[in-house]
Amino acid sequence: MIGYTRRQARTDITRKAVLEAAGDNILKETVKGHLFTGFCVVATLFGIVSLAALLVYVFWDAVGWLDWQFVTSTPSRFAEKAGVYPMIVGSIFVVALVAAFSLPLGVGAAVWLEEYSRDNWLKRGIEMNIANLAGVPSIVYGLLGLGFFVSTLGIPHGIVLVGAFTLTLRVLPIVIVSSQEAIRAVPTSHRHASLGLGTTRWQMIRTVVLPQSIPGIMTGTILALANAMGETAPLIMIGAATSIFTAPKGIFSSFSALPLQIYAWSDFPKQEFQHGVTPAAIIVLLIILLSMNGIAIYIRHRFRTKKTK
Amino acid sequence: MAEELLLTQAETVEEQPNSTILEIRNLNFSYGDNLALKNINMDIYRNRITALIGPSGCGKSTFLRCLNRMNDLIPGTRVEGEVFLNGKNIYDKDIDPVRLRRSVGMVFQQPNPFPKSIYENVAYGPKMFGVRNRLALREIAEKSLQQAALWEEVDGRLQTGALSLSGGQQQRLCIARTIAVEPEIILMDEPASALDPIATMKIEELMRHLAETYTIVIVTHNMQQASRVSDYTAFFMVDENRSGYMVEYGKTQDIFIQPQNKQTEDYISGRFG
Amino acid sequence: MLEKGRAIPPFLFIRNSFVISCCRKMKVNQQNDSLAKRPGRYLGENTMKGIFTACALLSIITTAGIILVLIFDAAEFFRNVSIFQFLTHTRWSPTIKPTEFGVLPLISGTLTFTFCTALIALPVGLLAAIYLSEYAGDRVRSIIKPALEVLAGIPTVVYGYFALVYITPLLRRIFPGISTFNVLSASIVVAIMIIPTVASISEDAMRAVPNSLRLAGYGLGVTKFQVSTTIVLPAALSGIVSSFILGISRAIGETMAVTIAGGNLSRIVNPLKPAEAFLEPIQTMTAAMVEIGTSDVTGDSVAYKSLFAIGLTLFLLTLVLNIISQFIKSRYREKYE
Repeated sequence: MIGYTRRQARTDITRKAVLEAAGDNILKETVKGHLFTGFCVVATLFGIVSLAALLVYVFWDAVGWLDWQFVTSTPSRFAEKAGVYPMIVGSIFVVALVAAFSLPLGVGAAVWLEEYSRDNWLKRGIEMNIANLAGVPSIVYGLLGLGFFVSTLGIPHGIVLVGAFTLTLRVLPIVIVSSQEAIRAVPTSHRHASLGLGTTRWQMIRTVVLPQSIPGIMTGTILALANAMGETAPLIMIGAATSIFTAPKGIFSSFSALPLQIYAWSDFPKQEFQHGVTPAAIIVLLIILLSMNGIAIYIRHRFRTKKTK
Repeated sequence: MAEELLLTQAETVEEQPNSTILEIRNLNFSYGDNLALKNINMDIYRNRITALIGPSGCGKSTFLRCLNRMNDLIPGTRVEGEVFLNGKNIYDKDIDPVRLRRSVGMVFQQPNPFPKSIYENVAYGPKMFGVRNRLALREIAEKSLQQAALWEEVDGRLQTGALSLSGGQQQRLCIARTIAVEPEIILMDEPASALDPIATMKIEELMRHLAETYTIVIVTHNMQQASRVSDYTAFFMVDENRSGYMVEYGKTQDIFIQPQNKQTEDYISGRFG
Repeated sequence: MLEKGRAIPPFLFIRNSFVISCCRKMKVNQQNDSLAKRPGRYLGENTMKGIFTACALLSIITTAGIILVLIFDAAEFFRNVSIFQFLTHTRWSPTIKPTEFGVLPLISGTLTFTFCTALIALPVGLLAAIYLSEYAGDRVRSIIKPALEVLAGIPTVVYGYFALVYITPLLRRIFPGISTFNVLSASIVVAIMIIPTVASISEDAMRAVPNSLRLAGYGLGVTKFQVSTTIVLPAALSGIVSSFILGISRAIGETMAVTIAGGNLSRIVNPLKPAEAFLEPIQTMTAAMVEIGTSDVTGDSVAYKSLFAIGLTLFLLTLVLNIISQFIKSRYREKYE
C-alpha cells in the first residue's frame, strides 16, 4: 500500500498538467519526420544520380571518338590519330600477372588463417595487420615498390614486373579477406566428414574446402583485380610511363596503363581531347571494369543457385 | 509540519461500479491469409486488472497488440471490427496511432530499457512529447520511479546505465518509463515470465498499486498469477483452423471457481495447456 | 538369410568361406600396419602447412617492408633537411629554387580537402544509411545497395577527370569566381566515392540494434523519426563513428582525383576565409608526391628523398586513424541487453 503525502498528491496533478502543457507536438513531429525522410531519400540518391549524370556526360562526349581505330592505335598529339592500344595491352598484361601472383599468395594466407591457425595472438595480429594494410593509401604501396623493388632489389623501374609486384601487394589484403569469407562459408560438417574418414588436413582442404570455396574466391579476386585495373598512383611511383607508343612485349618491357594515359590526357586542354579522346579512353576502361564485375557477379549467381538445387 | 497521510483504500471490486474503458466488438485479425483472432467481443473496465489466459499460440499477445495498434507496424496485417476507447473507435481513419499509444502503453515480455541512463529512460517519453523544463522532467521521473517501486533502489544513481540493473529492476524501469507518459491503460505482455520468482512477486504487488491509477490488461500463461492478481479474466483458445477465439470472460473468482464452459474448466484444472 | 538347420548349398559355402578368409587377411594386414605414424606420410602435410604459413606471414613482411622503406629513405632525407625545417617551414618547393621543404602547406592542403570531403560525405552517407536501415523495404535495399557499390568501384582517375571537366564548369555557374583547379569539385567527387563506405558500415551498425528497442519507443507513442534519431542512432553510435573515421582516412589517402582537379599550388589555407579555401587550387601531400614522381628528379637528390618523408607522414596519419577506428569498434561495441 502506497502512502501519499499531501505534497506528493499535489505533484501528481502537476505531472499530468505538465504533459498537457507541453502541447500537442505530434503534428510538429510528423512534419519533421516527413522532411527528414525526404532528406534521407535525397541523400541516398545523391551519389547514384550524380554518377549517372556524369556517366551520361562522358558517354555522350565519347560517342564518335570511340571506334575500332581508337582501340588499335597508339597515342598521339593529334586527336584524330590518338589511340589506346598499348595501354590496353599494358593494363591487361599487368593485371593478369597480378592475378597469377595474388591468387596463390592470397588463398594460401586465407587457408592458413582459416584452417591451420589457432585463435591466438598471432592469428589476431595477422588479421589486424591485413585490415590495416587494406587501409593504407595506394600511393604508399607505390613508395614501397619504388624503395624496395626498384632501389633495393635493383629491378629496373617502369617495367611490367615491378608494376605487377607492386599492385599484387596492393590487392593482396582484399583477396585474403574475400577468400577467408569463402572458406568460412564451407560448412564445418563437411570438414568433419572428411577428417572422420581419415584424410589428412591438406587432403581435406584440397578435396573438400577449396573446391567449394572456389566460386567465392573467384568473385572476390576478380573484384580485387578490377580495383587493380583502375590503380594509377602506385604505377606512377614505380616509374611507369604515363604514355607509351609500344605495347609491352614481355615482363621486362616498359609499359603504360589505361588510367595512366587518362591522367596524362587530362592535362591536354584542347577541346577534342577534353571532350573527345579522353572520354573515349575512360569508356574503354569502364567497359573493361564492367565486364570484370559482370563476370564476378555471374560466377556468384551461377554457383549460388547451383548450391540450392 | 505534520504530514497528513492520505490512505488510499483498496476498494473491493464489488463496492465500486464498473465503468467501461475499452469495448471490443467483433474483432477479427489476420496475418496475411491466416485468421489469427476470430470474433472477439469483450469489455475492459477502468481501474481493473484484466488477465488474458490460454494455451500458447492462441493469439493473446496478438490481441493485446490490437489494443494499441502495435500490429500496424507489421506489414500485411488486417483488422476487422471495432475497438472503442472511451467511445471512440481506435481503428477509425482519423485516429493517429502515435497519439493512441500515448494513451495505451505497453510493457513487453523481455525487459527492453534503452542503453541510456536510468533517468534518460524514464524521461524519454515526456521529452519526446516536448517537455523541455528540466525540473519538470526530474519531477516526472522521480514520481514515475516511485510509483514503479524502484525509486529507493536507484535514488542517487539516476545517471548510471539502465543495463546495470537486474532483470527485475529493468522491468520495473520499463514500467516507470511507460507510466511517465501518463497512459490510461497499461498493456502487459507476460511481464514477469523472464524474471525470477522474487522479482515476479514484486511486479505482481506493483500491479495492484498501479491499478488504482491505471487500467491494466495482462497476458499471462501462468494461471496462478492470473488468479492472484486479476479482477477479470478472459480465457482464449485456438480452433482447428489455428484461429484464436474467446471462450469465456468474467470475474476472476467466477472463472476459477465456477467456470461456465467445459473447456475453461479443463484448462484451469490442468487437463491440458 | 542362413536359417539354423537349413542345409547350405555347397557353392555358396565355398563362396562364403572365400569371402571370410579374405576379410581375415585384410584384418591381419591392417593389424600389421597398426595405427603408428609412418615416416613419409606427414612430410607432405608439413610442407603444405609451411607454405601456407609463409603466405600468411607475407602480410607481416609487407607491413615491415613499408615501414622500413619509409623510415630508411626518410632518414636519408632528414640527413639533408632538418626535421625542424620539415615540420615548421611554410613553403614547399622541392624542385624550384630556392628549394624549401616545409610540409605545413601540404598538411594544410590535405586537411582542407579532407574537411571539405567529409562535410559532404559523412552526413550524406549517414542519412542514406538511416534510410536503408529504417525506412527502405527489402526490395528497395536490394536495388540501392549494389547501386551504391558501383560508386565505390569507379577509378579515382575517372573521378578526377569528371571533377575537372564536368563539375567545375557547373560550379562556375554558382560561384563565378571559382578557379579551374579548386578544392570543391575534387571534394564532391571523392565524397561520392566515399559515401558507400560510410553508408554501408553505418547501416550495418544500425541494423544490429535489436528491434525490441524500437518497439519500446513505438509503444510509448513516439514517431518513427524520433525512434530512428533518438533510439537507433545513439545505440549504433560506435559503428557510425568508426565508419566516419574510415571515410576520413580514405579521403586523406586519396591521390588522383585531387591531383587532377585540385591543381598543384601548395599554400597554407586560411580557415577564416572559406571562399578562398575551397574555391582555389591546393596541393595535398599525395599530390605533392605525384608531382615529384612525375618530374625528372634523380634518385639521389634531396627532392627524390622528400617523397619518402611525405610518405612516412601520410602513412602514420592513416595508420593512426585506422587503429582508432578499430579500437572504437571493438571497445565501444554496444551491449544492448
